[in-house]
Amino acid sequence: MSVELSGLRLPLAHFTLEVDATLAAPMTAIFGASGSGKTSLLEVIAGLRRPVAGRVIVDGEVLTDAAARQFVRPERRAIGYVPQDGALFPHLSVRANLLFGTKPGAARPPGLTYDHVTEVLEIAPLAGRAPATLSAGERQRVALGRALLAAPRLLLLDEPLASLDLPLRERLLPYLLRVRDEFALPMLYVTHSPDEVVALCSEVLVLERGRATRKGLTSDLFALSSSPHYVLRQPGA
Amino acid sequence: MTSEAWQVIGFTLGVAAFSTLLNLPLAVGLGWLLARRAWRGKSLVETLVALPLVMPPVATGLLLLKLFGRHGPLGEWFATHPNWEIIFTWRGVVVATAVMSFPLLARAARVAFEGVNPRLEQVARTLGAGRVRVFCTITVPLAARGLVAGTILAFARALGEFGATIMVAGFIPGKTATLALSIYHLVQLNRDADALQFLGVSVALAFAAVWFGEWFLRRQRA
Repeated sequence: MSVELSGLRLPLAHFTLEVDATLAAPMTAIFGASGSGKTSLLEVIAGLRRPVAGRVIVDGEVLTDAAARQFVRPERRAIGYVPQDGALFPHLSVRANLLFGTKPGAARPPGLTYDHVTEVLEIAPLAGRAPATLSAGERQRVALGRALLAAPRLLLLDEPLASLDLPLRERLLPYLLRVRDEFALPMLYVTHSPDEVVALCSEVLVLERGRATRKGLTSDLFALSSSPHYVLRQPGA
Repeated sequence: MTSEAWQVIGFTLGVAAFSTLLNLPLAVGLGWLLARRAWRGKSLVETLVALPLVMPPVATGLLLLKLFGRHGPLGEWFATHPNWEIIFTWRGVVVATAVMSFPLLARAARVAFEGVNPRLEQVARTLGAGRVRVFCTITVPLAARGLVAGTILAFARALGEFGATIMVAGFIPGKTATLALSIYHLVQLNRDADALQFLGVSVALAFAAVWFGEWFLRRQRA
């Protein structure tokens, strides 16, 4: 699997997104501060935005080519996208959300069955519920399951843990690891958290104000922080 | 009530329903275009659509009379192609009520569509749904409350239209007489008792329309 972004240019409100990179790791982090253009980059790859210049090529297939006016619509890209808040359809049940992207009668890739995906994410018991009644962590898992069940060739995750508090984040992380290892699906993982990059991704692309400034192995680009982390002292300790 | 009275009530309801049905696809389509797309001339269209709301209805009626009259640009076309006489016929009533209620529906549709999070539509696209499927399964259901409220408002407006209708269709008993036109006509003839009867019917219809709308919205919220 490879995602080739060549000469991408997209003017944003305060700067221009400019990326030239080939991402080939099973799970690549797109790392940068908030407002560095990470979400816009995912939108370009998913086909939700058109760049003014450049090309997006996934597995050798040209999906966007600004110069040649070539553009594959998002629904034909088979690229899953999980936005930050999950974006579950509020008028549909959890089950209907999960099944939204499945094509009836189409052959499922082995492992990506409804039963297996809901089991891995532990969301089977939620099937009959309405999205509004779910906790933040449950919502994220359902959103992840919905994207998986559409059988994408590439999954884009936009800060899936950012809206969760710390304990919840630590509980959701294992699910992401499971998805990575269980379904062998290439993923681009957008985050501003170095901890998440180190925990999940083998390679990183660093974005700064719209520019891809560095790219490499996580182990080369990140070091253990020496800054102390404070915790609340237990009473009596 | 006399059979003429029933005829007037039936005619008014039929015309209001028909003009609302005519308006629905156009107003919903335009509302979507206004809410979701940027295009040249958008602000001009927006203003034009709102005009019947702020212009005197009689002025709108005069404009329609000139447009749809036998020598008007649209009237000539309709007279030769489908061979339809518009002015002083039931079709004139439909045209007048439709034009007068269109802005209410189009604006309600626009607001309803603007209230739908575009993120949901985008995610639906990435899940393999084309534009039409996204519109039918995501956009419309999520905008349903506003669309229904707008439809009821437009229907109620069409029920009570007077100014434009009297210009375009006149008052012809049995042919173009609606509730509103009849009330005015009966009062002119000093037949207040008959006018009061129609007044009662008008109140009942308006009450029913608004009550149904509120009931629907309550049900949606639950």
